[in-house]
Amino acid sequence: MALLLALLSGVAAVASGVVDVPISGAKFESVIPEAPGAKTTTIAPFRLDVALVSNADFARFVRAHPEWRRGSVAPLLADGGYLQHWASVSEPGKAVARKPVTQVSWFAASAYCEARGARLPRWHEWEMAAAASDTVPDARSDPAWRQRILEWYSTSARGVLPDAGASMANYYGVRDLHGVAWEWVLDVGSMMVSNDSREQGDPDLKRFCGTGALSLEQKDNYALMMRIAMLSSMKASYTSSSMGFRCATDVGARP
Amino acid sequence: MKALLISVLLLTGQGAWAQSSASAPAPSLYDLHERLVDQDGASVGLDVYRGHRVLVTMFYSSCQATCPLIIDTLRAVERKLDAPQRDGLRVLLISFDPERDTPKALREVAESRHIDTRRWKLIHADEAAVRRIAAALDIQYRRLPSGEFNHATVISALGTGGQMVERSAVLGHADEALLRALGNP
Repeated sequence: MALLLALLSGVAAVASGVVDVPISGAKFESVIPEAPGAKTTTIAPFRLDVALVSNADFARFVRAHPEWRRGSVAPLLADGGYLQHWASVSEPGKAVARKPVTQVSWFAASAYCEARGARLPRWHEWEMAAAASDTVPDARSDPAWRQRILEWYSTSARGVLPDAGASMANYYGVRDLHGVAWEWVLDVGSMMVSNDSREQGDPDLKRFCGTGALSLEQKDNYALMMRIAMLSSMKASYTSSSMGFRCATDVGARP
Repeated sequence: MKALLISVLLLTGQGAWAQSSASAPAPSLYDLHERLVDQDGASVGLDVYRGHRVLVTMFYSSCQATCPLIIDTLRAVERKLDAPQRDGLRVLLISFDPERDTPKALREVAESRHIDTRRWKLIHADEAAVRRIAAALDIQYRRLPSGEFNHATVISALGTGGQMVERSAVLGHADEALLRALGNP
């Protein structure tokens, strides 16, 4: 019983305050290389929220920044689904207070993090944090770990969202990276751009922009492919009841 | 990728919220409040040309291939308009590159390309503002480690209140869709 109480209070601490952890910089082999032929991406040290932002967290932000209320926000910045699941324009209601906030646009998620002096995590940061199992920083080649993540995709639609921060901490102490919700990233607007569109020769649009020509490594990593497909289908004003977010901050200068 | 996306939507049981119907007014770019700097060092907002019809696009000046062509394309659109329409039109060229496209560098571009800065502005924005503006204009871009940018080239036509009424990915000649959007009051 004491153990159970201790566990519950630990979860509450995660869900109610800003709790983040430092993650060391590293060279990381991403599924989206940062440049043509680049094997690794250099990731600078950063801090990442332990848990997804909850409805209660987001409600505090909305109360302090009424321009982000449902009904007040400009259609440029959030679509009609924005916070539609809340009981009122400033109150999520008891049932969802501790659940991860969803139905928020990229603009709204960005504004929340900025109000905290933070930002959304970059894709590569998220991907590196999410590559960790509970025991090792990069478990991506572990078939058992991959299988566990894939199982989420076949079960998550049927269940209700768990509380933010209630899932098991990984190697870095970060929770909710898998099996809870999709997450906005800072550079979602770069996920459909090919690494080198200039290689394409003909003098029309595609030569210059190459959108839709995302080049991907490790195509057998289905869980990540699905996440990238989801993110690249979302415009910055879109909301979805399965898309939440967390924040990150820089540590020192970028290399 | 499309098949994969469909499976994602099926698996999660969620799509994005249905987008507003065709009859709803187009969102206004001017609902994004950014502090920007023009080629003369003046502090401006995105709505600096409120009241005019505006063409807005994003570029970076060290780009050798696209950027001259973007300016040529904007000029091609202008040439197709009749004189009163052309006089009323304004153009915003917003740089992806806060590091190299300082107001001074943009001033040099304006001079070397003989841009009439009474009607066109070249805009410097910081990294966060660039990200938000590109998101609002739905322009995909990516900074490469070399300092270059890969980016979609999109020219958007704005109504007098900033409504994003048309967008075009056509380069090299005037897109009829843009002309229609600029011609009809």
